[in-house]
Amino acid sequence: MAKETILSVKDLEIEFNLRGKTLQPIRKISLDLYKGETLAIAGESGSGKSVFTKSFIGMLDSNGTIKGGEIIFEGKDLTKFKKEKEWLQIRGKKIAMVFQDPMTSLNPLKRIGEQIREVIIEHKVVPKEQAKQRVIQLLSEVGIPDAESRYSDFPHQFSGGMRQRVVIAIAVACQPDILICDEPTTALDVTIQSQIIELVKKIQKELKITVIYITHDLGVVAEVADRVAIMYAGQIVEIGTAEEVFFDPRHPYTWALLSSLPQFGEKGGELFAIEGVPPNLFKKIVGDAFAPRNRYALEVDFLAEPPYFPVSETHKAKTWLLDPRAPKISPPDVIRRIKERDYWQSDGGAV
Amino acid sequence: MSRIEREPILKVEDISVYFKNGKKTVHAVNHVSFDIFKGETFSLVGESGSGKTTIGRAIVRLNQIQTGRIIFQNEVISGKISRTLHSKVVRKVQMIFQDPMASLNERAKVNYIISEGLINSREYKNQQELDDRVHHALLDVGLLPEFASRFPHEFSGGQRQRIGIARALIMKPDFIVADEPISALDVSIRAQVLNLLNKFKRERGLSYLFIAHDLSVVRFISDRIAVIYAGKIVELADAERLFQKPLHPYTKNLLSAAPVPDPRLAKSKVVTIYDPTQHDYSKEKPTFSEIEPGHFVYGNVAELEKYSKEL
Repeated sequence: MAKETILSVKDLEIEFNLRGKTLQPIRKISLDLYKGETLAIAGESGSGKSVFTKSFIGMLDSNGTIKGGEIIFEGKDLTKFKKEKEWLQIRGKKIAMVFQDPMTSLNPLKRIGEQIREVIIEHKVVPKEQAKQRVIQLLSEVGIPDAESRYSDFPHQFSGGMRQRVVIAIAVACQPDILICDEPTTALDVTIQSQIIELVKKIQKELKITVIYITHDLGVVAEVADRVAIMYAGQIVEIGTAEEVFFDPRHPYTWALLSSLPQFGEKGGELFAIEGVPPNLFKKIVGDAFAPRNRYALEVDFLAEPPYFPVSETHKAKTWLLDPRAPKISPPDVIRRIKERDYWQSDGGAV
Repeated sequence: MSRIEREPILKVEDISVYFKNGKKTVHAVNHVSFDIFKGETFSLVGESGSGKTTIGRAIVRLNQIQTGRIIFQNEVISGKISRTLHSKVVRKVQMIFQDPMASLNERAKVNYIISEGLINSREYKNQQELDDRVHHALLDVGLLPEFASRFPHEFSGGQRQRIGIARALIMKPDFIVADEPISALDVSIRAQVLNLLNKFKRERGLSYLFIAHDLSVVRFISDRIAVIYAGKIVELADAERLFQKPLHPYTKNLLSAAPVPDPRLAKSKVVTIYDPTQHDYSKEKPTFSEIEPGHFVYGNVAELEKYSKEL
């Protein structure tokens, strides 16, 4: 399958200005997004995963600026956009976003049908007269029963899961090319979570869109992702297909994340815990940002930033451990067990 | 440990909690019973609104119960009780809350937050002892004693949750209600808190009621699990047994929805949908029955028969 790049990020750097101090949440990220794929971006809070994707739709907070690099989409460099007018051609229309908390992303004073209609009319998806019909169609597509009568309900009359469906309906109202889902299920119950994941999959298939999933839950990642990017301290430290990242991870941070999952823990035993805290992004980071928390850190990790080392055509990791001169270090036992499916939750529950 | 030797530290007998909302009465908890044994982690799992937190709050006497009773260390602690018993409950039963960002007093320093319980119950001789105990509580949860003079906003989420645990531990409790203690935390920090809870269970013989909605975590930490749906416990079993042989359709639904961090399994997983109308309880009343030793399911005679065939 020939991969067509739909969005290409090169050496993106973002800075925030906080009371005179500068913070660098994104430190030179390059990423090619392929048409039709689902890319999951995983990492702990503060790793920059939301900031990174918000820059695709010009929604950085006002104290944030793009310091360098480019974001190429449809032949245009989005980082060069100055006016809101330019962004309106992209945001919502070509690239849409679903946010974490469905409780706060809808206007509580407006009927939900109106909120979707607004988007359709603004972007002139269909003639005005057909807008309402289209809204009802959208609502039933995202699985809201009795869509016609719920058109004039207010957000508070919907449950959390239903509200997230409405938010998704708004996001896909203009049939965007790229849908960014920022922790779309974190605020929801597990049973509702799986329904929303299914819904996004269904929409992706029907509209043939590209999906970026931002999440800290590796269980969700495994379920949705074709490719996985692991972020740490403003950089992508490892990227590969889902199978590569789960079964053959190379970066010690990915090892640590996977090992700390309770699903892979041994009952009654200690669960692997990552010591320390993520680095202070106000300070300049020397070497590998993960080094101070990394039990496999080499001397060079504290001195120089590692480049990407390719593992396969689709898989690369940013760690000195992959340098041919590095000592051979085998990943923790848990990683081997995941691959051989030799962990205690191997029955995958019961169905 | 054999089943007979185990001695219950807490008995919940047929409790109900109703909330009145105007004319409507919400049956948040509907005739629920279970025992928690000494040194055990007992988990309550269910979706939001199922009543799991209400049960936890009823145990620490924050919610009144309308039926039944709660027995802690062989004394009834629900309803009207004597002042001395109340203060014993306040000391011996502690709660850890879900959101460490919201559950700490922003305007108090850490040493006050941690020692507040001691101060209120006058459980100390002098300032020296109070400081010592705060010092030890901080060390116990892996924080530095000098943190005592700082404010909560200076800490990360994981550290704040540990302050919440230190605040509970300083009272030398026998029983802790942990209400979703890790769901607001980052993946890498969850492990630290789970390890900490397990450590105190081992070292001090603490018993826990662990309230959660995420089954993957629950399996790791619990000895026994109760699944609650709409204010009723629908299934209760040893943790491993529940995962091997879930019987109630709602339990199956919950298990099938839990995220599996394995791309091969996850992509082929089938999520079953639970439809509460599938139960016909109009003719026969359902009961909560022991279907095999230690494994309880809620259902009527016909259902129970069907479940026992699945075993």
